[in-house]
Amino acid sequence: MADLSNLLLLLVILLNFFALGSSRLAACIHAVALQGGILALLPLTAHGFSGHALLLAGGALALKAVLIPWLLLRAMRKVRIRREVEPLIGYVPTLLTGALATAAAFIFADLLPLVAAHQGGLFIPTSLATLLTGFLLLVSRRKALTQVVGYLILENGIFIFGILMADALPMMVEAGVLLDLLVAVFVMGIVIDQINREFSTLDTEQLSALKE
Amino acid sequence: MATHFLLHLVLLLCFAPLLQGVIVKTKALFAGRAGAPLLQPYYDLARLLRKDCVFSRTTTWVFLAGPVAGVVVPVLASLFMPFGALPAPLSFTGDLLLFVYLFGVARFFTVASALDTGSSFEGMGGAREVTFSCLAEPIVLFCLMVLAGIADGLSLTALFGPHLADAWRGPEGFSLGLVLVCLFVVLLVENSRIPFDDPNTHLELTMVHEVMVLDHSGPPLALVLYGAALKLMVLGAPVVRLLLPFTSGSLAGDTLVFLAGMLLLAVLIGVVESTMARLRLIRIPQILVGTSLLAGFALVLVLR
Repeated sequence: MADLSNLLLLLVILLNFFALGSSRLAACIHAVALQGGILALLPLTAHGFSGHALLLAGGALALKAVLIPWLLLRAMRKVRIRREVEPLIGYVPTLLTGALATAAAFIFADLLPLVAAHQGGLFIPTSLATLLTGFLLLVSRRKALTQVVGYLILENGIFIFGILMADALPMMVEAGVLLDLLVAVFVMGIVIDQINREFSTLDTEQLSALKE
Repeated sequence: MATHFLLHLVLLLCFAPLLQGVIVKTKALFAGRAGAPLLQPYYDLARLLRKDCVFSRTTTWVFLAGPVAGVVVPVLASLFMPFGALPAPLSFTGDLLLFVYLFGVARFFTVASALDTGSSFEGMGGAREVTFSCLAEPIVLFCLMVLAGIADGLSLTALFGPHLADAWRGPEGFSLGLVLVCLFVVLLVENSRIPFDDPNTHLELTMVHEVMVLDHSGPPLALVLYGAALKLMVLGAPVVRLLLPFTSGSLAGDTLVFLAGMLLLAVLIGVVESTMARLRLIRIPQILVGTSLLAGFALVLVLR
């Protein structure tokens, strides 16, 4: 099971790179959906088929892999944009920064004073790398939709960290986090619609300009 | 030793054009055509060798050095590269660097011969070729470093030794998978295949590699084509070895496994070429940088 977990975590990192390097919004959203699906498998591979793990997996699958990507794709069709045109930082520089952040995450995770069971595993470095990737996507893209994708990847990183503590964490906390996420994406969807109606573009740069 | 040497060269020199034939046939089948016969590359070579050469008056001996280096270098480089389970005829510690930079020499001569014609198109093709290959170089080096981290030697024969079969099942399996993908990308870039370049295009603005051989004719063109076939085989050998890391023990068995692997690889290239569109020129450096990041990531995983 540990081998399978590692394979899934490495796939998560590859999807991070893909999200950073791809300019098509639909591809980005699909990548996040796939990442959510992979994350849904992780509680099962890490903790076996207990009721708690199954609930966690089911919740993650329904929200992260199906519902939220569907909402995003719908929003994308509604506001009729297909690709991020001019990111604040270009694709190759963000990819390089993402790779550096991933390497840094691996080094940093080795320095952390962890429990012996988590030492040397891939969970902590992947979680940190995913967090940083989401953050990078959040700050380097202009379109509100891509920023939501960045926020989702960031949350995925936190989820990976949470899986390690799934035994200690009460179910309510996990459910609350997932619910928070859903509400946040809902609110962002409304905000996106509002930005689009106000400025007829999704460029968040417009928001920083002062108006009468 | 001598028979081994001979077998290595015969395999390379005789089978290389067949791979091109297989690729063309696969593409034809995908397009619903009957396609040229499998042996067409051999007929082409024979036809070109019978023809006369036409040289532009601006060219010098440099123009001819390109095709010659294009054939000599892959043959030299192949002597260091094990063909499947057959160990390489020549091997010493650190020959992997020589292997990588021998192709650099070939590239230098190809570009020099293209510039020697004085045509601005050929200069453009040369510039593109050099850009792409200098982006592909770190990928190859990262991949070889990953393999060196897994193996216990620094020669190509040690890198592609029989330990690979166990490594696939061990914790290094994922890194090996990444290396396999990266080496396949390098194979496509270096041999100017779709999605990075189109070997069939004759539209000036979209050509990368083809534009550099436009001015060659007759026997030099035959050398260029033959050199390209040899290069595909030499660079395909590591991919095949990673894909089929079996050692059967008998000489005939190993040879058959290797040849079957090469044919499979040719079919795979044909499938990739039929199913993918060519990338836009500005996307190619992005993809190559992304691929070298993957290779670097594989290295981090192995060293960790």
